[in-house]
Amino acid sequence: MSTLTPGAELAPRTYDVTRADLVAYAEASGDHNPIHQDEEVALAVGLPGVIAHGMYTLALVGRAVAEWTGDAEVVDLGAKFVAPVVVPAEGAARVTVAGTVGERTDDGLLPLALLVTVDGAKVLGAPKATVRA
Amino acid sequence: MPIDADLVGRAFPPTPPRAVTAEAVAAFAAAVGRTTEGPVPPTFPIVVTFAALQDFLAAEQVELSRIVHGDQRFSYARPVVVGDELSATLTVTGVRSIGGNDIVSTSSEITDAGGAVVCTATATLVHRGGAA
Repeated sequence: MSTLTPGAELAPRTYDVTRADLVAYAEASGDHNPIHQDEEVALAVGLPGVIAHGMYTLALVGRAVAEWTGDAEVVDLGAKFVAPVVVPAEGAARVTVAGTVGERTDDGLLPLALLVTVDGAKVLGAPKATVRA
Repeated sequence: MPIDADLVGRAFPPTPPRAVTAEAVAAFAAAVGRTTEGPVPPTFPIVVTFAALQDFLAAEQVELSRIVHGDQRFSYARPVVVGDELSATLTVTGVRSIGGNDIVSTSSEITDAGGAVVCTATATLVHRGGAA
C-alpha cells in the first residue's frame, strides 16, 4: 500500500496479459466477442490482431488502485480506449499503470491521476479513478 | 449496416436480475489477477451492462465482432457486494457517424433488487462499419 498524500507518486504496476487471461475474462464477464480470442476474426475486421477487452485493461486499473490504496472504495472509474492492446499468441502484452495522488475534493474523496501504457505508448485516454480513502 | 439515429433517447427493457454470487465475483477477480478475498472489483458491473449491450446489439442486428469499446465510465452510488441482484437499463444517448464508423453512446443505470441505483455506467461503442 502506498502513502496517499496529494502529489505522492504511486509505484507503477506492470501486469502481463495473455490470451489465456482473455479466455478466462470472456468466461467471467460474458463478453465473448471473438476479436478478443480469434486472430482470424480480429484481422478480418481490420484490427492488428487479437486485442484485450478494453474492460480487461480498465480492470487492471482497478487492480492497481486496490493495491495502492489497500482496497479503498472506488466511487468513480473510467477511461477512453485510445489504442488497442494487442495480445500475442505466445507471451504477453505488458500493461503498466502509473499514478499520482490528486488533491482531496471538498467531499473528502481522493482523485488519482493515471497513466496507462503498453511499451511506453498510452492505451487509455483520460483514465480516472476516485477513491474514498 | 448503419445504426439508426432514431434510437437516441430510447430506453431498452431492464435486463433480468442477476445475482452477484461469490463464485461469479471470484472468477471475475481471478481473470484479472486479483485476489478472490477482496471487495468486488469495480468493473464487475460490466457483467450486467454487457448483457444490456448485447440485447441492444441483437435488437439492432449488429454483429458483435464489428464492435469495439470506445470508452467506459462507472460512477458508483455504493459498492457492489455479494448477494446483490443487479439489473441494467440501457438508454441510447447519442448516435453519430465518423469516417464510416457509427459511434453509439449509451448510459446504463444499474439497480439493485430494491430498485435503488448502485451504479451508472456510460459507454461508447464504435461500430466499425468501414473496415474489411
